[in-house]
Order: sequence, then C-alpha cells, then structure tokens
Amino acid sequence: MTMAKRSSSEAMAWLLFSAGGVVSALLVPVLLLLSGVLFPLGLLVPEHAHLAAVLGHPLTKVVLLGLCMLALLHWAHRFRYTLYDGLRLKRLSVPINLLCYGGALAGSVWAAIVLF
Amino acid sequence: MPDTITLQVARYRPDADAAPTTQEYVVPLREEWAVLDGLNYIKDRLDGTLSFRWSCRMGICGSCGMTVNGNPVLTCGTFLTDYAPGPIRIEPLANFPVVRDLVVEIEDFLRKLPAVKPWLVREDEQGVDDVEFLQTPAQLAEYQQYSMCINCMLCYAACPVYALEPDFLGPAAIALAQRYNLDSRDQGAHQRLDLLATAQGVWACTYVGECTSACPKGVDPAGAIQRYKLTAATRTLRSVLMPWAAR
Repeated sequence: MTMAKRSSSEAMAWLLFSAGGVVSALLVPVLLLLSGVLFPLGLLVPEHAHLAAVLGHPLTKVVLLGLCMLALLHWAHRFRYTLYDGLRLKRLSVPINLLCYGGALAGSVWAAIVLF
Repeated sequence: MPDTITLQVARYRPDADAAPTTQEYVVPLREEWAVLDGLNYIKDRLDGTLSFRWSCRMGICGSCGMTVNGNPVLTCGTFLTDYAPGPIRIEPLANFPVVRDLVVEIEDFLRKLPAVKPWLVREDEQGVDDVEFLQTPAQLAEYQQYSMCINCMLCYAACPVYALEPDFLGPAAIALAQRYNLDSRDQGAHQRLDLLATAQGVWACTYVGECTSACPKGVDPAGAIQRYKLTAATRTLRSVLMPWAAR
C-alpha cells in the first residue's frame, strides 16, 4: 500500500469534535433544564441579583464561551461529513471546510461579543 | 410450514452477460438448512453452473459471506426458515467487484490486510527457544475480542464509507491492527500508527457502526476504530507539539 501522511489537521478536528460532543452532552441538558424548564415554570426561582452575579462572573463567561466554541466545532465536523458522505459533495471540500469551520469561528466570535 | 422456498439468486458471468440478472430456484425448506445448504442443493441438483464460495459450513472460514435480503451475512449461519415463506434474495457481497455470480474479487482487502502488520512485531528478534511470552488473563482480555475476526469481509460490505472511499483501510484491517496494538507482547504500535493515523485510516471513519452490526463473530470494529482515534490524535499532536520526543 502507498504510505499516506499522518494527518495532524484531521487529528485536531477530531479532538475538537470529540471534546465538543462530551462538553455538550454534559452541560447543554443541564442548561436547558434550568433555563428552559425550571426557571420559566417557576419551579426554581433564583434571586435576580444572585443570578446576575453568577452570569457576570468572568469564569462563567469563559466556561460558556468554551461550551459555545466546542459545540460549534462539533457541529462543523459532523456537518462537514454529512455534506461529504450524505450528499456526496466531497469534491467541494474546500468551500465545505470554509463554510463549516468558518461558520464555527464566526459563531464563536459572535458568542464572545454577546458574552463580553 | 411449506415444503419449499424460492431463492432469487444473482447471476453474473462477466464474459457473457452485460449486467447481473436474477434467476429463481425452488429448494426444499428444511428446518436445519442454512441458506448455504439451499445454494449447495441448487449446485448439486438444479444448476451446476452457479458459482459461490464456501468451505467450513460452521462460521469459521469466512468464505460464504453474501448479501441475503439486502444484509451482509454468512450464509452458513443464516437459516432458510428465518425468511419463510420467502422468496429470499441472494446477491454477492456489496462494495466488491463480482468475479462471477456470487463470487467477489477480494484483492483490495488482501492488499490492505498485511499493510497493518497483523502479527506480533518485536524489536528484539529472539529465537523461539530463548523466549517465552507470558500473559495474564487481563492482558489477554485487552485484545481477545478483536482476535475473533475471520476475515469474512461482511464489515466491508456493510460499511457506507468503504462504498464511497475505496481507499479506506476499512473496519477489519483497523480492528486487526488494534488486536496487535493492544497485545502486551507486541511492540509494533508506532509502526502501525503511520498507516492508521491517516485520512485513509481511522480518520475516514464517520462512526456509522454498520461494521459492528454486521460482524458475525461479535467483534466491535467500530469500537476499535473509535478507541484508536484517541490514540492516533494524541500521538499525532504530541509529535507536532513535541517533535524532539521520540515517535
């Protein structure tokens, strides 16, 4: 067999995809339960000042930004392969990579603007 | 239960036919008969020109893999009664070129298999008399599952990535590489890394998981590939970030 080169870009993309999957699976259900069910239904009523303090804390912002970035990179990797294999568009790999990873980058920048 | 069942068998003689055709045969429907027994009945009694591979009849040799009603299976382990009243559609394994009827060309797999060095690689080549490799049950359990592979290639027929990317190393070859990587007696993991951590190696896999569903021996090639992705990613990044560190 011809020897292909070890691919560090694929390794990096997969590590970020994998990290995004883990972080999203752990944090997103908790955030959805709190902000989408428990708070709106009044089952859990946080004190406004307390909640504002938690959300205003730099550490919270960094964690949320990390979650947004990794979740978007997870999406980028999966959507890239959906387009490659699902729609058989691998010949368009350059624009697809730009769309997916560029989209994830743009979303991350947007998240940073909203958060900070 | 009826006494007979119809087999719709794909026929293709590349020298004579423009395209594959289907031929119907009526065979006895017996409780203890596998699909392979039905095919052998055709070969012996009805039509000696039908071609297919088989050998052991007991799920060990891995020769009789075919597509039965759309699924890749070993025909020796798939029973006619499971498909009664029929008809049963029997086609060659998908994703491989057809040589004749149900016989496929497996050259691609035979070329990829030795490339992953599926044997014990040692840095110190000691003679057989000088060395005894001891292994604990826990060390055996690390790789034993992957050693059950019989090279039947059902996982290649099931893999949608292999269908699209013929260069993909494929499920069985990667699972076999892991079988040796995880063996405490083996020292060849870094040699296999250069082949496995490529775009045609583990990175081509999108974790569809059909290989594991198709495997008749309970091997989990999809799991082996996923597990190896973490190894490949960390080793590759380490060599990029710390080029001075060996391997």
